[in-house]
Amino acid sequence: MHFTVVFSGLSGVCDRLRQARVRTPAAGSFSNVVSVKMATVLQFPASVSTFNNYNDLYPDWTQREVSTGTTIMAVEFEGGVVIGADSRTTTGAYIANRVTDKLTPIHERIFCCRSGSAADTQAIADAVTYQLGFHSIELDEAPLVQTAASLFREMCYRYREELMAGIIVAGWDPRRGGQVYTVPVGGMMTRQPVSVGGSGSSYIYGYVDSNYRAGMSKEECLKFTAEALTLAMERDGSSGGVVRLAVISEQGVERQVILGNQLPKFSTV
Amino acid sequence: MSEELFPEPEWLSEEVKTGTTIIAVTFDGGVVLGSDSRVSAGESVVNRVMNKLSPLHDKIYCALSGSAADAQTIAEIVNYQLDCIKHEEDDPLVCSAATLVKNISYKYKEELSAHLIVAGWDRKKGGQVYATLNGLLSRQPFAIGGSGSFYINGFVDAEYRKNMTKRESQEFVVNALTLAMGRDGSSGGVAYVVTIDKDGAEEKCVLGNELPKFFDE
Repeated sequence: MHFTVVFSGLSGVCDRLRQARVRTPAAGSFSNVVSVKMATVLQFPASVSTFNNYNDLYPDWTQREVSTGTTIMAVEFEGGVVIGADSRTTTGAYIANRVTDKLTPIHERIFCCRSGSAADTQAIADAVTYQLGFHSIELDEAPLVQTAASLFREMCYRYREELMAGIIVAGWDPRRGGQVYTVPVGGMMTRQPVSVGGSGSSYIYGYVDSNYRAGMSKEECLKFTAEALTLAMERDGSSGGVVRLAVISEQGVERQVILGNQLPKFSTV
Repeated sequence: MSEELFPEPEWLSEEVKTGTTIIAVTFDGGVVLGSDSRVSAGESVVNRVMNKLSPLHDKIYCALSGSAADAQTIAEIVNYQLDCIKHEEDDPLVCSAATLVKNISYKYKEELSAHLIVAGWDRKKGGQVYATLNGLLSRQPFAIGGSGSFYINGFVDAEYRKNMTKRESQEFVVNALTLAMGRDGSSGGVAYVVTIDKDGAEEKCVLGNELPKFFDE
């Protein structure tokens, strides 16, 4: 017997996401966004292991949802923030887009880094961009990064059952300078000097914990972010491609791309 | 009625796992093994000072992770098998010990869920580290394992260098364990470190308050 998944609108996804929430493994084992997603969308007879699924008849990506299984990162420095992301979007084992831009502008000096379901995060980002633009026109001044983060949190928390989105909001505003807010799956919001997210982030917690120092300069932050993302991309199958970086400060936004052959090299990697 | 008022704690029915962090690194002249000390059953910590570095022979140790029962049993069986062959030759090779572990892991891979890292020193090839995950056998300059190891993949990739001294390797192992214990809920307690070189094995325990501090925010 062989089941095929048919997505019949949001309700189907909601049911499966609710099931996935109940089946989330207990403390003591490792789980990440990508594997919960896979367990969600695959409907196979219980005897078939969903983890090592191999079926000759259908390529696996016809049955998987598009996800930015990813690595994203943001760091505050004196005068602004540095944000970075990899560039891989996957549908199962197929890389749907190898040059994705996951650093999405929400306002002139506020960006968000997207991880999780590509569709969900794009939809949320569009909605928040609209709301923030409207708010900024009403105020007649640049919006606060905290406002943008709150809007993300509001939406991610309200629709937490239906959505699979982990977002890092970062930017610069005149009142509080560079700020990084993280809104992980579930809809919590917290401000952190450095934040990593996405499936690849698990692999670099140790590296970030040991190498982050308060008071780094812009160049040091760029180097730190590029190295951390490279390490994650080497270990996480759902992260890869190029490293996209952006620096947001009072002067504006500077974007750069580090191509695959220009990535920092480590002796073991 | 009384069952509902005082429900049985979950951890009584949970399997005991060493959700853990283990690491082994070669240096010029030997190996250093390290592990945390937490054994959990579900959400409860049933042993906070367990030594997961188990001797297989004088100069060969293995680090246990996964199901506590499975890992300990494999280590005991291989210890026995190595004792048997000890009468024939003086120092068994690390490769032999690792192969014995691999044979058991592979033969019973459906029933067992344990990952052992075998490391030691022998006269032929010096310090060696073998990973035996799920029945494969792979010699590596260093190996990490256990649930906490995911968080330090980036750190070890970045910080490992070939031909470190004994001192540097020990620091590397303790740093890696500390970072993993800081992020993984199933790893914690104290850090056990074993250094093996041609003179023998030296066991050390680094207590919680002596572990290095990494200030993240």
